Amino acid sequence: MKNKIAKYLIQLGDNCLILGQRLGELCGHGPALEIDIALTNISLDLLGQTRAYFQYAAEMSDDFDNEDQIAFLRKSSDYRNCHLTELPNTDFAHTIIRQFLFDQYHQLLLTDLMNSNDEKLKAIATKSIKEVNYHLRFSKDWVIRLGDGTETSKVKMQEALNTVWRYTEELLRPSELDIEMEGLGIGTNPDQLKEEYFEKVKSVLQFATLEIPENKFFGKGGKEGVHTEHFGYILSDLQYMQRTYPNQQW
Amino acid sequence: MDAFEKVFEAKLEAEEKIEPKDWMPEKYRKTLIRQISQHAHSEIVGMLPEGNWITRAPSLRRKVALLAKVQDEAGHGLYLYSAAETLGVERATLLDQLHEGKAKYSSIFNYPTVSWADIGAIGWLVDGAAIMNQVMLTRASYGPYARAMVRICKEESFHQRQGYEIMMTLSNGSEEQKAMAQDALDRWWWPSLMMFGPSDKESTHSAQSMAWKIKRKSNDDLRQQFVDVSVPQAEYLGLKIPDDKLKWNEERGHYDFGEIDWDEFWNVIKGNGPCNEERLAARVKAHEEGEWVRDAALAYAEKHSNKQKVEA
Ligand SMILES: [Fe+2]
Ligand SMILES: [Fe+2]
Repeated sequence: MKNKIAKYLIQLGDNCLILGQRLGELCGHGPALEIDIALTNISLDLLGQTRAYFQYAAEMSDDFDNEDQIAFLRKSSDYRNCHLTELPNTDFAHTIIRQFLFDQYHQLLLTDLMNSNDEKLKAIATKSIKEVNYHLRFSKDWVIRLGDGTETSKVKMQEALNTVWRYTEELLRPSELDIEMEGLGIGTNPDQLKEEYFEKVKSVLQFATLEIPENKFFGKGGKEGVHTEHFGYILSDLQYMQRTYPNQQW
Repeated sequence: MDAFEKVFEAKLEAEEKIEPKDWMPEKYRKTLIRQISQHAHSEIVGMLPEGNWITRAPSLRRKVALLAKVQDEAGHGLYLYSAAETLGVERATLLDQLHEGKAKYSSIFNYPTVSWADIGAIGWLVDGAAIMNQVMLTRASYGPYARAMVRICKEESFHQRQGYEIMMTLSNGSEEQKAMAQDALDRWWWPSLMMFGPSDKESTHSAQSMAWKIKRKSNDDLRQQFVDVSVPQAEYLGLKIPDDKLKWNEERGHYDFGEIDWDEFWNVIKGNGPCNEERLAARVKAHEEGEWVRDAALAYAEKHSNKQKVEA
């Protein structure tokens, strides 16, 4: 059982780790100094949350002794993050759309996890929700501002939305583990968040004068360890030091 | 000397701060704008070499610490651009000067970060040298600059400790890690000494800046102070500073050290350093690619305030 909970914590942490890693690429390259600082803040929060999940997971797990083993020393197919978090920082439109679509999910998820009967998980969710409320406010404001800004910004945002939209469904599709954890009162079945998620997201997108894309193909597979083509490159950066210099203290 | 100038000189004499609304000589204003903006540019260009290693940091703890550090540098850039703006010049104008290659920034950031140990060496030596320069600036005569520097110095000394701690971990680690640390010291030592600028005899701006109490110590004095502090720190790490002439001089009460390669120094300043082009290109790219975002934010704000007016 403990090992199952560890797996669930790792699944939760992986989204934070990979999105935090993606945002970390942008540090120093933002469109304005203030935005650079804000995106770095979000990255820092997400990596802080990752550490909380992984430290707890390391306590519970049969397979891992510490947070870094979990973060750096797994095979691609053992990471459980959703595809959305792997998408590249194509431009600021893609970055901020990806962020908004994740933040809204993240906020609903944590709100539910705050009721977990696992005290430690509950504590992590309670601490993280404050950060995520801020992330959501930031990304939502920018989606509205850029959607309803200039002709150029509108086109860019619509293009980004069209690309990223198909990855939303996966966030809300339960894995077997999600269902099991929900049954035990520990975790959340994201399917229950679906209705509220799309309602909230669509209302912001309307505010931003953006069109909701058609549901074409929905990305999936992340929670089962099947990732996008981008993922291997993320791992080659993320794991570079730990793989090149194994078993050392840093 | 007219009445305004007398007040200005009297304030300098009495160690009172010059504030944005006070009269000041045009040259004093220009010197400050040049110095503060160069400093601001250094902070944001300085994000690049270290930012390189964020995605590759070897542990979660180190990754978070490095991100936070690079973010601090962005904050330093912000305070400094704001301080420059109190002198009547806009951030956008200053950034244009940087992007057009008309403004300088610290040459140290034109060196590449090729290993993880470089992150340690930069924190220890580069932030260390920056602190030595900047502590005296907390007493600079221009109020907004001095106050920005107080905040910045606190964070820089945190960066330095963090960098030294990385070096310590590596020096106490495996043979590979020790070699990595030594290699980083070999590459960063001389460029760090160059951070104090040309020697006093060559320095064009120093004397006037000292008279105006913008600067309080000469380049060579600061460089000596830096060497004196760093030698025992390197010894404690068990690393060797790459200078055969380095020797304690009992008589002077200071370390003697070898001559800087001034050819290299001037070359990097002129734009021929290993990464000058990459650094500038990265800044220009971020700025150009961000233009539509900044434009849209402005357009939205205008639209929004118009709407409010109509509604009201
Ligand atoms: Fe700084
Ligand atoms: Fe610093």
